[in-house]
Amino acid sequence: MSPEPARSTNPASTADPTMTMVSAINDTLRAEMARDERVMVFGEDVALSGGVFRATEGLLEQFGEDRVVDMPLAEAAILGAAAGLAAGGMVPVPEIQFLGFSYQAMHQLAGQIARFRYRTWGRFEMPITIRTPFGGGVRTPELHSDSLEGQLTNIAGLKVVTPATAADAKGLLTEAIRDPDPVVFLEPLRGYRGVKGPVPRGEYRVPFGKARWATAGNDVTIIAWSYQVEVALRAARSLAEQGVEAGVLDLRTLVPLDVEQIVEAVERTGRVVVVEEAVPTGGFAAEIIATINEHAFWSLEAPPVRVSGYDTPYPVGQLEDTYVPDARRIEHAVLALLEVQP
Amino acid sequence: MMCEMIKGRIASDRLWSLQRQGQIGTIAPIDGQEATTVGSTWALDPAVDWVIPQYRESLALGRFGPDVLDRFAAWALGHPEGGHLPDPIRVFPPQISLATQILHAVGLAWSLKLRGIAGAVLVFFGDGSSSEGDFYEAGNLAGVLEVPVIFLCSNNGWAISTPTSRQTAAASFAAKAEAFGIPGVTVDGMDPIAVHEVVSAARDRAVTGKGATLIEAVNYRLNAHTTADDPTRYVPAGELEAAKERDPLVTFRRQLEARGLWDRDRQADAERAGAAAIDNAWNWATALPLEQTALFDHVFAAPTQRQRRQRTDLAAYLGVER
Repeated sequence: MSPEPARSTNPASTADPTMTMVSAINDTLRAEMARDERVMVFGEDVALSGGVFRATEGLLEQFGEDRVVDMPLAEAAILGAAAGLAAGGMVPVPEIQFLGFSYQAMHQLAGQIARFRYRTWGRFEMPITIRTPFGGGVRTPELHSDSLEGQLTNIAGLKVVTPATAADAKGLLTEAIRDPDPVVFLEPLRGYRGVKGPVPRGEYRVPFGKARWATAGNDVTIIAWSYQVEVALRAARSLAEQGVEAGVLDLRTLVPLDVEQIVEAVERTGRVVVVEEAVPTGGFAAEIIATINEHAFWSLEAPPVRVSGYDTPYPVGQLEDTYVPDARRIEHAVLALLEVQP
Repeated sequence: MMCEMIKGRIASDRLWSLQRQGQIGTIAPIDGQEATTVGSTWALDPAVDWVIPQYRESLALGRFGPDVLDRFAAWALGHPEGGHLPDPIRVFPPQISLATQILHAVGLAWSLKLRGIAGAVLVFFGDGSSSEGDFYEAGNLAGVLEVPVIFLCSNNGWAISTPTSRQTAAASFAAKAEAFGIPGVTVDGMDPIAVHEVVSAARDRAVTGKGATLIEAVNYRLNAHTTADDPTRYVPAGELEAAKERDPLVTFRRQLEARGLWDRDRQADAERAGAAAIDNAWNWATALPLEQTALFDHVFAAPTQRQRRQRTDLAAYLGVER
């Protein structure tokens, strides 16, 4: 078999401080605001209360009310104003309190921000980072948990970033804020405090479009992003006890997409499971499988498999554990896939 | 102002003809809104102030230089350079997604305030746009932030075929300012002097830190909504004829002539200059080169790997270099 893939491009070591993902985000916002006075944070409840998840805690005290701003409760106003601020030379980091609420600003996000550079043919760039939590597992009311990344990746002109670790939350958020184009930075609800790990000190950037091996394995490849990387790792550990070596490829960013590493993984393992929390029809797992079919079809030893939500609206709390993929469902899919003979 | 109003009408008529000849796509004429557009922008300082148009005004934004009409001709032709108004022209390209630009204006004005830059932002929108959520969100936000923005509602009586009576039950569009905590003013949008006066006052408020103003300029759409529209299907008989009595190109000319400021020669000169302006714009726009692979330009600062591959594939398919 081919050599072990890179263990990780994450240089965090045990000497680095251990942080939750939300602390890493808070630290990164602080560092970027200190570095560049054009960076400003605004949204619903981000200033006085420090955000409903405390991601922006302490920023108001440090940077003042011009740069950390509680906005009227209107998502389109938050993103529409961000476009104008960016045209005026600011570096906006607006927060949409929950991704499901972005439906109320989709005309500004998809119709305006994503195409501003294009429609002005390079006159105005939109260095906007839209931070927003998403994903299930925490028993929220309606529309707080929807995974809409497939819809976002279908909007040309947006970058879609999905950190799975605290270190990546820092490295990718730093990169997002410095990127000259609009980025939707998706933060997993369950990951805010449920994901902890070493975070490199000082300046730390993770380039977009470079996937990361969360764990290596040559029998099967599990492709995941955001919190489902954590879930896939649990499945991989359980599979390892049964003698199955599953590699988990964390995409880190969906746009741009690391096609090379996906293709390499399929060529090496021949079997692939793609995990997403979203509605499967027209979703991003479908895009990955289409990509595999285009570039690595002849390396497949079995049809690629999706483990996803279902073609239903995101359900209420008592049904969500069935809807959201868990380690057992991933493990089940992997074992079934390994049974398939070419 | 008179010259620019004449230029706007002539340019509009020329583009209308070009559409009828099949040389450009759908176009929205300016007839009846010249005084509102010109009167308001003549109250601005192009060195510091910004204009965010909807989609008719660019025909008469000569206050901000001849490039605006050149780019608008390219825009009408479907050339991507049409959306690019070169720096430092403080004008945005036309907006199709109605009312979204009102929020952009608030954000831009906010950036001026935060950066301590002098200037105001004037944004045009129509009576129909005032029904969009973005109008209310923008007015509300501008009131809260006290930013230097001027909301200019060009009330031409019609949102395509829908009359203002179907847009609002409010006494006026300006009345909506009360809910935003900002002043609202109604002005005769067929009178460029009157428009100039209220916009000047709003600009003074804006640049002295007093915040936003909502202005409703009441004019009348003297032509179809666009080249694709047939207003004889819905405009009540006689209404258009009555409105033509208020045509700013006629009434303002009369005013100027009465004061000895205008005559037949000046009119002829202005018409020649207007025709030359749209001729120049058209010649410039039609001479712009365009490769089909430019499709991929300016989506991002740098293309993604996927876009590069798609571009290479497209170039190979088209048999061009890249």
